[in-house]
Amino acid sequence: MDFGLSQDQQMLRDAVSRCLADTSPLSHVRECAERDNPLSDQVLRALNDLGVAGMLVPEEHGGLGMTLLDAAVVAEQLGYAVAPVPFLASQVLAPIALRDAGNEEQKAHWLPKIASGEARIGVAISETIEVRDGAGVSSAAGKLNGTALFALDFEGADAHIVADSGGRLHLVGAKASGLKAIALTTIDRTRSVGELRFDGAEAEPLADDGGVATARLRDAGRVILAADSLGAGQAMIEKAIDYAGQREQFGRLIGSFQAVKHMCAEMAARHEPCRSLVWYAAHAFDAVPNEASLVACHAKSHTAEVHRFVARTSTEVHGGMGFTDLLGLHYWFKRIGFDRQVLGGPEVVRAEAAALQGWTNAA
Amino acid sequence: MDLNYGPEYDVFRKQVRAFIEAHSHLAPPSADRAARPSSKAVEWQKLLIEHGYTARTIPQEYGGYGAEPDILQSRIIAEEFARARVPGGLSNQGISMFVPTLLELGTEEQKRRWIEPTLKGDVVWCQGYSEPGAGSDLANLKTSAHIENGEFVINGQKIWTSTAKQADMIFCLVRTEPDAPKHGGISYLIFSMDTPGIEVRPLKTMTGHAEFNETFFTDVRVPVDQIVGQRGQGWFVANATLGHERGMLGDPDALENRLQALIGLMQEERLGQARAIDNPVLRDRLVALQAEVAAMKYNGMRVLSNSLRGEPGGMAKLIVKLQSCELAHQISALAIDAMGELGILYHNSPRERHGGAWQWNYMFQLGLIIGGGTAQIQKNIIAERGLEMPREPNPAKTSNVGPKASDMASQKQGAN
Repeated sequence: MDFGLSQDQQMLRDAVSRCLADTSPLSHVRECAERDNPLSDQVLRALNDLGVAGMLVPEEHGGLGMTLLDAAVVAEQLGYAVAPVPFLASQVLAPIALRDAGNEEQKAHWLPKIASGEARIGVAISETIEVRDGAGVSSAAGKLNGTALFALDFEGADAHIVADSGGRLHLVGAKASGLKAIALTTIDRTRSVGELRFDGAEAEPLADDGGVATARLRDAGRVILAADSLGAGQAMIEKAIDYAGQREQFGRLIGSFQAVKHMCAEMAARHEPCRSLVWYAAHAFDAVPNEASLVACHAKSHTAEVHRFVARTSTEVHGGMGFTDLLGLHYWFKRIGFDRQVLGGPEVVRAEAAALQGWTNAA
Repeated sequence: MDLNYGPEYDVFRKQVRAFIEAHSHLAPPSADRAARPSSKAVEWQKLLIEHGYTARTIPQEYGGYGAEPDILQSRIIAEEFARARVPGGLSNQGISMFVPTLLELGTEEQKRRWIEPTLKGDVVWCQGYSEPGAGSDLANLKTSAHIENGEFVINGQKIWTSTAKQADMIFCLVRTEPDAPKHGGISYLIFSMDTPGIEVRPLKTMTGHAEFNETFFTDVRVPVDQIVGQRGQGWFVANATLGHERGMLGDPDALENRLQALIGLMQEERLGQARAIDNPVLRDRLVALQAEVAAMKYNGMRVLSNSLRGEPGGMAKLIVKLQSCELAHQISALAIDAMGELGILYHNSPRERHGGAWQWNYMFQLGLIIGGGTAQIQKNIIAERGLEMPREPNPAKTSNVGPKASDMASQKQGAN
């Protein structure tokens, strides 16, 4: 019995943490955020040197064959550092999709390239969760039509894995004719998302498994977003405590006032159990398949609620300075905001959790 | 991450299950929570001790089973009794708080005299800590004891003394050194509740029941050797048991059971033709609470793992009392909302559900948020010990303790 991270996972966490501290300080995040494409090649290269690109690629395809909990450990550090790198789609969801639903040719072509960092694949599955603005993709005779919104890890992707309205996944080259790709600009300038408009674009289908692989991507994606939010929230709590331990008003450190202290205690008290929930959800994805979807929903929705509270409360502890651009606290605030909405906001995810348990009245 | 307890523990779990199956017909009813255990409950307790399913690590010479401490074995016992819905060993303030204190700080004679009859339900204890003027600031307690003819003479008042009516004995904090600094003038005395000069009055709470009492002491005479630790060390002796109380209030199995009861209620109660759980807003709240209960469950497993590794519980442990009590309260609140107007039925009303238990819980759990270290005190502890934030300026460190023992009689009069 050992509920927690293994020695290897702790070493991985520390290595990623050091790597990001060296290569992705806030000054670099700011530079990236000013660009049209915010993703940082330099940080990505440094992470790839640690093997992050091939984490979830099976060993026979040149990867490390690691688990979603390993990926969640990395995601937490990325959130902590607000690192402007592609990860969720290109290093977690795409390898899982290819691994679970790719044919041998697709695996042999793409997985080694993902592991080596030569290729990046984005993922667009939003419409399998909720349809906005009439979006949605149909497939017929190897061609895609329609629109996929919130394609993840969008900039620089060599291909996209796209779910059609039946939940089946398709692989489409970024330069395929009949595909128009338009970047979407979000509050979070450390991530890249876009819109894919298909007009008879040629695509290769992945396995026709009745949406099983797509459901797995939703589960994995939610756990990774929860882990990212956990890391970003951890950073915001630490920053609030540091600030309250330096800032003086009325001749006292503001952290000695109970009003401020209790805000910090509430953040910590609500944040800490999220860590165990996210760890368990990540573990369940590989080890407890019958619980994986439900606990992924719980991890996603609960961390979203807790960290919305953390994001606003930490900002308030920083007073007026928290509201400015000077401290850069807003990068974490916005990262948490992104993590909350993507792949289903809390209400949508909770409705799914209820349905999974048969609680939704068919009538 | 390895959630298996391991083969030797699987064997142990089978043994526990076999015991429960073979003996559960001897168990007292689960609802039998009387302060003074029934003879059936006492016999059950003795059987559990004999097999090591309660008082497991307490040495045999003091009436326990005498096993080496093993956190996972204790956990398995708790899990299996909860799963079978069979009551485990007795749980009261004597067993949960006084026995651990004696084991840590009592004399050999005290251990031999008190632990066994306490474990076996023959001696029931109550706790005399809080006073009207000493709640969160417990060290401000004023109940005094001065020495006269080789006896402590105790005067003052305690409050929140649950089970005082039924108790044989009290463990009680009193001020024995009126001139010592606040925390250094307290002693931890033990004495019979039959001692002349003790008056117990029921304290009716918002639930309509008297779950607590007020206990008054007028010239209560207690031999000077009925003390745990030295004179003036009572604060440190008591802190050992306060830790045990906080541990007791945060039980992840209890939250899980409350949640399951809520899910059952929401599937049974009907709003018109539909079930309460079919209402999307109520259902959304239910799933949100379910996620929080899951988070606390895995947080509990993390704390357990930390102790297995011999590591301190850290933040994961510090937050348990605050979060669990709040969550339990929210679970009851949703149950009341799911019942709509029926949710206000109480006092054995026609159409009342579950004997009014949800309303009682909703109110009593607010008491638990306040008791055993208020939510605000918990937040101070989390901030100062867990987050190492600057401490509140503390006047107690410099000031001396106030009233003399002679003032206490008049104060008690006032309280009357």
